[in-house]
Amino acid sequence: MTLLLAIVIGVLFTVGLYMMMRRSLTKVLIGLMLLGQAINLLIFTTGRLQRAKPPLIPLGAEQISQSADPLPQALILTAIVISFGVTAFALVLARQTYTVLGTNDMNELRDTDIIPKYHPESVPEEEEGL
Amino acid sequence: MDIVLPTAILLLLILSGFAPFIQQAQPHRAGLLMAVLPAGLFLTLLGRLSAVLAGQVFTYQLAWAEALGVRFSLYLDGLGLLFSLLILGIGALVLIYGGSYLHGHHQLGRFYAFILLFMAAMLGVVVSNNALTLFVFWELTSISSFLLIGFDHEKEGSRFAALQALLVTGGGGLAMLAGLVLLGQIGGTYEISQLNQMADILRASPLFLPAFLLILAGALTKSAQYPFHFWLPGAMAAPTPVSAYLHSATMVKAGVYLLARLSPIFSATPEWQTLVTGFGLATFLAGALLAIGQVDLKKLLAYTTVASLGTMVMLLGWGSDLAIKAAMLYLFSHALYKGALFLVAGAVDHETGTRDVSKLSGLRRAMPRTALAAGLAALSMAGLPPALGFIAKEVMYETTLAAQPVSGWLTAGALIGNALLVAVSGLVGLKPFFGAAGQTPRHPHPAPLSLDLPPLLLAGLGLLGGLLPMTLAAPLVQASAQAVLIQPLKVKLALWHGLNPMLALSTLTLALGIGLYVGWQPVWGFTARLRWLGRFGPAHAYQVGLENLRRFAAWLTYRLQNGYLRFYLMTIILTTVALAGLAYLRSTNGLILRNDWGAINFYEVVLGVLIILAALTITRTRSRLATIAIMGIVGYGLALIYLLYGAPDLAMIQFAIETLTVILFVLVVYRLPKFTRLTSPPARLADFLVAMTGGLLMTLLTLIVTARPVVPHISEYFLQNALPLANGRNVVNVILVDFRGFDTLGEITVLALAGIGVYALIRLTIGRRQVIIPPAEEE
Repeated sequence: MTLLLAIVIGVLFTVGLYMMMRRSLTKVLIGLMLLGQAINLLIFTTGRLQRAKPPLIPLGAEQISQSADPLPQALILTAIVISFGVTAFALVLARQTYTVLGTNDMNELRDTDIIPKYHPESVPEEEEGL
Repeated sequence: MDIVLPTAILLLLILSGFAPFIQQAQPHRAGLLMAVLPAGLFLTLLGRLSAVLAGQVFTYQLAWAEALGVRFSLYLDGLGLLFSLLILGIGALVLIYGGSYLHGHHQLGRFYAFILLFMAAMLGVVVSNNALTLFVFWELTSISSFLLIGFDHEKEGSRFAALQALLVTGGGGLAMLAGLVLLGQIGGTYEISQLNQMADILRASPLFLPAFLLILAGALTKSAQYPFHFWLPGAMAAPTPVSAYLHSATMVKAGVYLLARLSPIFSATPEWQTLVTGFGLATFLAGALLAIGQVDLKKLLAYTTVASLGTMVMLLGWGSDLAIKAAMLYLFSHALYKGALFLVAGAVDHETGTRDVSKLSGLRRAMPRTALAAGLAALSMAGLPPALGFIAKEVMYETTLAAQPVSGWLTAGALIGNALLVAVSGLVGLKPFFGAAGQTPRHPHPAPLSLDLPPLLLAGLGLLGGLLPMTLAAPLVQASAQAVLIQPLKVKLALWHGLNPMLALSTLTLALGIGLYVGWQPVWGFTARLRWLGRFGPAHAYQVGLENLRRFAAWLTYRLQNGYLRFYLMTIILTTVALAGLAYLRSTNGLILRNDWGAINFYEVVLGVLIILAALTITRTRSRLATIAIMGIVGYGLALIYLLYGAPDLAMIQFAIETLTVILFVLVVYRLPKFTRLTSPPARLADFLVAMTGGLLMTLLTLIVTARPVVPHISEYFLQNALPLANGRNVVNVILVDFRGFDTLGEITVLALAGIGVYALIRLTIGRRQVIIPPAEEE
């Protein structure tokens, strides 16, 4: 199973990195999310696999000796929640970027100074009110 | 343990912090008030002279980073005492002088603060026993020098000069640090007093030469030795009291101090004698020659300072008992007369509005006290009896004459240099004050006592030192020379040595010097026509080097920071793969892979293949909704893996979060443009290949890591103590909310911040006109 998961990790990394190299901001975000999943699985696998033995102390017992390693699990749990926060923020930011700048193309998001030149019609006119 | 040394440094630092407030409270007397501290410290340390002469040392130690051998350890011996007295004594005078010189300047408080900061740092340099403590203080002097040279920071010239001095001395300081660390590594200690005792062990190491060269670089840059001398004339952009104090009397002597301090380790090696003596002589001649043609009082003094620093370095390089004695005597007499002359130049500038010697003359009537100070100091600089400079010059000639087998070269060099110094001392000390009154921008009138007294005191001491050498100069010279040589030495100084070759050389020097002084106008005019030679000098090399460095940085930034995310990622991936691959190739173990991968069930294979296929589909699909759905498949698939391998908590949170993410994506994604293919197929293939090397690396890493035995770690503790200590049976939960509760609190904070950010971004759109975007083209 380790071999299979190692391959899954490799594929997830490949696809995640590939998507992050796309020019569409949405695809970059998808790549970011995939990368997060890949890293979680990496931590999980390198923490050694232990089939069907969750780190739960059975009722009546004082402790548990043979079980899955709880530490990587705690780390990944935190990572999943944090990456959700990052994803949510990045999504809204991407939407806002598109609304304001009128482009979703990473190659055009290189420099805030030159974008209006390329998309003069898409620059919002909120400056009037300021 | 001696508490006086650290207290002195600490008090100066504290006073530095309060200086601007004292200046505000007492705008007219602040300098005088603050001078009380260094003056008091001066007297305290002077009281130790007899004990130090008898061979006593005062030490103080404070543990700092013991594991690294770093201690805050201070050490006062004869060498440190000589420097400390100069630093504190001249420092007190400069505080008094500066208050008057910069009276009414809106940043006078800042001036006091910087000067006191420097004083503390410089005192730290000369009493540090730990090499790394010394380095910290050393760099602090560079920084305070930077702040003081750039005191008139509105002027571009000042900023340029300040940066130049900082880069040259700071760069040398870093080299010195590397050298000191090497010495510490060889010797096993960073205590200089201990290193000085183990010269034989140090010299046997192959790292000895690199250490020496690096430390030499630090000393040469700090003491403005050729070819690093050019920052010192530039540093004349600082207010004159600063030039007198830092760039003549004290800071520029830090390199000389370092050479003297470490000479028990290095001296008497052929590298030391050749290089240090050679650099010193070259600097001596270069400084004296470059002084020709200058008409600015401060520039003249700056170049002669370079020459004098060269003299000291040359003498230290030679390293005989006589040479060390000569170096210490020269150092003492130079600090007195050069400090005085700088202060005189400041007073003249202050009262007449110009520092141009060709315009200054006949000031003795208007400024009699200043003229007296100038004359006395010039006497010492020219090396005329009965000033202390005369004795210093005699001892110097005595050294060069005895310096077999190069005595001819050294004596000839010294003769030329000294003759030029005689001419310059005439230009600085006589020319402005005698002859008919000249035209100056301001009508000259007597300088206030606070501008005249400090140079008079210094110059007077130089004269008294010559008249009573055994009382005033010999004890200090003997104490410091003993400390440099680490052996007792009897120093006898006298004004009259009888008719001997040294006296003949002095007479010749004087004759040559007077000749040069009388004919200074044609000589100066001739050298003015040679200015273009400066284009080949080190100052120009510095400028070109800096310019090219900037250009290179701009080019590199443009190359690397070009704004294409794709390019950044490729760079990161390929660099990581290359470095990891290199580490793998260099490792002797090679790739260790496990034979058994653990049992595998049929449904697990199906699950794995499903995730792989789903992930690969993402690269192909053009539908946004399909992408989101496939993301869901990947996420749920991972959740199932977590479930199968003993992580039910992970599975649950993954299911929940994955669902939430899909919902969120669906909500937002229709506000985003449809997917288009923007990149050409070959570029996509290149991207994919690069991404694949990254993925392959991660697969390999996973296999390598899992093939190794598990290292016992903290998980055992968690498993055993979850119930007894935290009363929880779900160990993962116990870790999150109990053992690492604060981490979870941090996580909650991050989530809350992200939530606030999301809310703010959504709110921002309200009330703003929506931009109508033309629909993106489908491929």
